[in-house]
Amino acid sequence: MENLIALLVAAPLLGAAVLLCGGRRLDKTGHWLGTVLAGASFVVGLILFTDMLGKDAEDRALHQHLFSWIPVEGFQADIAFQLDQLSMTFVLLITGVGTLIHIYSIGYMEHDERRRRFFGYLNLFLAAMLILVIADNYLLLYVGWEGVGLASFLLIGFWQHKPTAATAAKKAFLVNRVGDMGLSIAIMLMFTTFGTFAFGPVLESAGETSQGKLTAIGLMLLLAACGKSAQVPLQSWLGDAMEGPTPVSALIHAATMVTAGVYLIVRSGAIFNAAPDAQLVVVIVGAVTLIFGAIVGCAKDDIKKALAGSTMSQIGYMILAAGLGPIGYIFAIMHLVTHGFFKAGLFLGAGSVMHGMNDEVDMRKYGGLRKYMPVTFVTFGLGYLAIIGFPGLSGFFSKDKIIEAAFAKGGTEGWILGSVALLGAAITAFYMTRVMLMTFFGEKRWQPDAEGHEPHPHESPKSMTIPMIVLAFGSVFAGGFFAIGDRFINWLEPVTGYDHGHAPLSAATVTGATVVALVVGVGIAWAMYGRKPVPVVAPRGSVLTRAARRDLLQDDFNHVVLVRGGEHLTRSLVYVDHSLVDGVVNGTAASVGGLSGRLRKMQNGYARTYAVSMFGGTAVVIAATLLMRAV
Amino acid sequence: MSATAVHSLWTTASGVTSAAPGNSFTAPKIEYTQLMPVLIIVVAAVLGILVEAFVPRRARYHTQLFLTVVAVAASFAAIVGLAAGGYGTTKAQIAAMGAIAIDGPTLFLQGTILLVAMVAVFTFAERRLDPSSNGNRVDSFAAQAGAVPGGEGEKAAVRAGFTTTEVFPLLLFSVAGLLVFPAANDLLTLFIALEVFSLPLYLLCAVARRKRLMSQEAAVKYFLLGAFSSAFLLFGIALLYGYAGSLSYADIANVVDGSVLEIDPALADTMGNDALLLIGGAMILTGLLFKVGAVPFHMWTPDVYQGAPTPVTGFMAAATKVAAFGALLRLLYVALPGLAWDLRPVMWAVAIVTMLGGAIVAITQTDIKRLLAYSSIAHAGFILAGVIAASPEGISSVLFYLLAYSFVTVGAFAVVTLVRDAGGEATHLSKWAGLGRRSPLVAAVFAVFLLAFAGIPLTSGFSGKFAVFKAAAEGGAGALVVVGVLSSAVAAFFYIRVIVLMFFSEPKEDGPTVAVPSPLTMTTIAVGVAVTLVLGLAPQYFLDLASQAGVFVR
Repeated sequence: MENLIALLVAAPLLGAAVLLCGGRRLDKTGHWLGTVLAGASFVVGLILFTDMLGKDAEDRALHQHLFSWIPVEGFQADIAFQLDQLSMTFVLLITGVGTLIHIYSIGYMEHDERRRRFFGYLNLFLAAMLILVIADNYLLLYVGWEGVGLASFLLIGFWQHKPTAATAAKKAFLVNRVGDMGLSIAIMLMFTTFGTFAFGPVLESAGETSQGKLTAIGLMLLLAACGKSAQVPLQSWLGDAMEGPTPVSALIHAATMVTAGVYLIVRSGAIFNAAPDAQLVVVIVGAVTLIFGAIVGCAKDDIKKALAGSTMSQIGYMILAAGLGPIGYIFAIMHLVTHGFFKAGLFLGAGSVMHGMNDEVDMRKYGGLRKYMPVTFVTFGLGYLAIIGFPGLSGFFSKDKIIEAAFAKGGTEGWILGSVALLGAAITAFYMTRVMLMTFFGEKRWQPDAEGHEPHPHESPKSMTIPMIVLAFGSVFAGGFFAIGDRFINWLEPVTGYDHGHAPLSAATVTGATVVALVVGVGIAWAMYGRKPVPVVAPRGSVLTRAARRDLLQDDFNHVVLVRGGEHLTRSLVYVDHSLVDGVVNGTAASVGGLSGRLRKMQNGYARTYAVSMFGGTAVVIAATLLMRAV
Repeated sequence: MSATAVHSLWTTASGVTSAAPGNSFTAPKIEYTQLMPVLIIVVAAVLGILVEAFVPRRARYHTQLFLTVVAVAASFAAIVGLAAGGYGTTKAQIAAMGAIAIDGPTLFLQGTILLVAMVAVFTFAERRLDPSSNGNRVDSFAAQAGAVPGGEGEKAAVRAGFTTTEVFPLLLFSVAGLLVFPAANDLLTLFIALEVFSLPLYLLCAVARRKRLMSQEAAVKYFLLGAFSSAFLLFGIALLYGYAGSLSYADIANVVDGSVLEIDPALADTMGNDALLLIGGAMILTGLLFKVGAVPFHMWTPDVYQGAPTPVTGFMAAATKVAAFGALLRLLYVALPGLAWDLRPVMWAVAIVTMLGGAIVAITQTDIKRLLAYSSIAHAGFILAGVIAASPEGISSVLFYLLAYSFVTVGAFAVVTLVRDAGGEATHLSKWAGLGRRSPLVAAVFAVFLLAFAGIPLTSGFSGKFAVFKAAAEGGAGALVVVGVLSSAVAAFFYIRVIVLMFFSEPKEDGPTVAVPSPLTMTTIAVGVAVTLVLGLAPQYFLDLASQAGVFVR
């Protein structure tokens, strides 16, 4: 069975290689090849999963050592894989949702002449993400991590003829570099601390290392996670990344990329467990992002950006849960999986809407679409109900667990975190209801464009709707399936550990509070967007609304602090370079040159001068030798 | 001084000196097998003289070339045979009644000298570069060296198409001296070898076909200064003899470290007098430092390198350095190890001023041959750093450096012979501008040599410099390494400047042309590039060879 693990990665990697190197001959068939290979990877994942289920919980982890990558004395880097329950969960999510997105893209990208390349990048994305989650050491994880960064850059900027897309890709890449630096520093720290970076030895001996080092490693890992998972303060790339084709957004938000940070923190649980200070920072980041993303999501009129804010917020939930330690690890992953279903469904739905609306993204120009796109409406609606945590659907179970876990953290911290999570739930209900109402309900608000073409909303082709339907099933049932009988807890507990914590409130109370929050959020949204018609031109709004429309001024902040600050720094460095460094260098060069010119004159061509030089030299040599003996 | 105290070269071996006067004469025991490499060359050189006397003028060139190549090849084969027979390691011994040491360094350096001589012979024999005069192909040497420059005799000789084929036997004589020099195991042999290789070189410097006055001036300067330095050397030898009562390295070493207490009655006044030892040692040292071109005994180098015919310059720059450093190493390690502490500060100072002086003065040079001359001075400084290391690694690093450096040097000077204009070789740097545009291959090859001089990785220059500096640093000469690296940085400037000049400047209208050489020079250059790259890319085999060879026999 172990030998199959490499096949998980090999299939999409092969696809990427063939599609990107294959040339135009594959234009007609390339998308099928890509989809089939993604599907093949999913099938391999399923086979491994069934095999894993047949074993005892303790024996489930598989290892495969492919080869020694850098065999140097004292520095062993291996290409080796480890497939345990945690990795398995990710593998199924990545390949499953990934395959559905591949299928969807066949229809969505039908008219794009670079479709073959697109599928090559998609396969590359899957391969990199799979390497990331099945690596058995941090260095190989880093390879996958960078691969994901590369693939996201290529895909966000896929429509590179649009300057906005090119800029967005660059922005995503640059912001991610900051996080990547964190990861590489963390790996270096691990190597100096533990002498290795394989998961096994590092995580086992984490408890015996000094607090300070573990906190440093933990914070660097968190920085990395912030970059990939778009957490404050490295969140600014996520909204702009919507410039990529919609399937890419779905892939980034549901199956790959943003989940990597959560994986990293949960995988490194042993380090965080032993470094409470780092853990505290993790929950703070999670809580802040959770509210930050939700507020941004409330103000956006662009359907994809509203969903992007929502993702940020939901990942905030996961990071928050992951920061809670063993109380929350499992729920972070559970929410990640259910979120994978409904967020992929929501994005595919949004793509379907755009597909039918001539790529219009402004929700103020939608309205009443439920009549025109029944399948999209139903699947999107189910995703909507799932994400707001409607009782019985996937999101209800996973989010409720996180809120419970937050309270169970105990003490003041628990109360604060729980309240923030509850508040987040209310805001989630608000902004998602707003999206729903603006898109599918009310009167139609679209108008002919400048050339007089009026959009004719229509349902999308089967290749697009079928994945949406499949995902809708997941949105409805996955959470319940996981939660009932503690299936998910039992599944992951051997890897991540589990702790009930000390809940100050009963589960029923928390659930009740969650439902109340949900009702409040939906109610306010209904009052604002359901009862009265939505204006086509956005009203000015309050200060907060205006700030939220600008992503709570994240870019302004970055511009003022980082860009201008950086400019000042580089300018002063350039000044120092020109005046001081160049001065010293040029001065040295000039003085050496001058010395050369003067010494050169001693070479006057007269043999007598040369003889004197030799004579003098000999005299000095003799004198010095005698002097040495005398001393 | 009574007759009993007169020591001949052959009677210094222990046991012989104490024999009663006039009673016995022990026939010298000569190990002909071990001396075979030298003997082959000497015999060929003598034959070369006979060729000049008896072979018709038309056939002389080919006969001489054939004879020289065969002799050098046979001699090299003999070296390889000796090395394979273990004479470099287990069977290392003192041959010829204590005059010659046959050991690892000897064989390694002799092999290097012979290889250098071989490729140098090719450049000597090159006859396609100069336009033919009156239908005769001519080489780099004067039609008739004895004729007054610009006189009627010269014109007649040129018209007749004469060439100076005597350069081949001269080269062979010089090679014979060079082979003995690093093997010399007593001071008198050292001196004889020095003169044997120097005198032919003085002559060779004087026989350039173009710029004859400059060539003759160079030869005279070289001769005068060489004689001056020989005098120092000889005086030093006399003083050391007075101190030790012997010319043999081993005996001197024994007297220095005090293991010989018996005083020769004839030398009772001087033996064991440290002043003689110190002054004599220092003077011999300066004689050798003159030959390697170390500052402040370097001043002949630029003038001679510039004036000598370029093939001679290449040979001299490479082979003399190899032999002289070999002799210096043997003197310091075998004869005067007891003086190491006394000479160390002087050696340090010389190494530092040599490295810095060579590199700094090279910056303002405008003639490519003078530039390479200063470069060779700087390199002498780098090698001195390895000599100072005073460790087995130091010896082997110097051996490796010499091998690497000599091929780069011969190759670089061979390229210089190709770049010509109406006045012969175009050695002024301004004429090299834009050479890379017109003759990319030649410029690229020259760039490889320059990079090797600069010590850029992947060339032999880097491996060599690294080995030498490493040995020096481990030998406690860290400061020397710092100076060495700084000088390398300065030196890199003028090497790279030439590359920039060749590739990134506009070619001149009346710039020189690159002559297409015969396969002879092509071979020289190709071998130079090949050795440079092989020693740069895969130096390990040769480093191992050098470290195996790095043990002196005592």
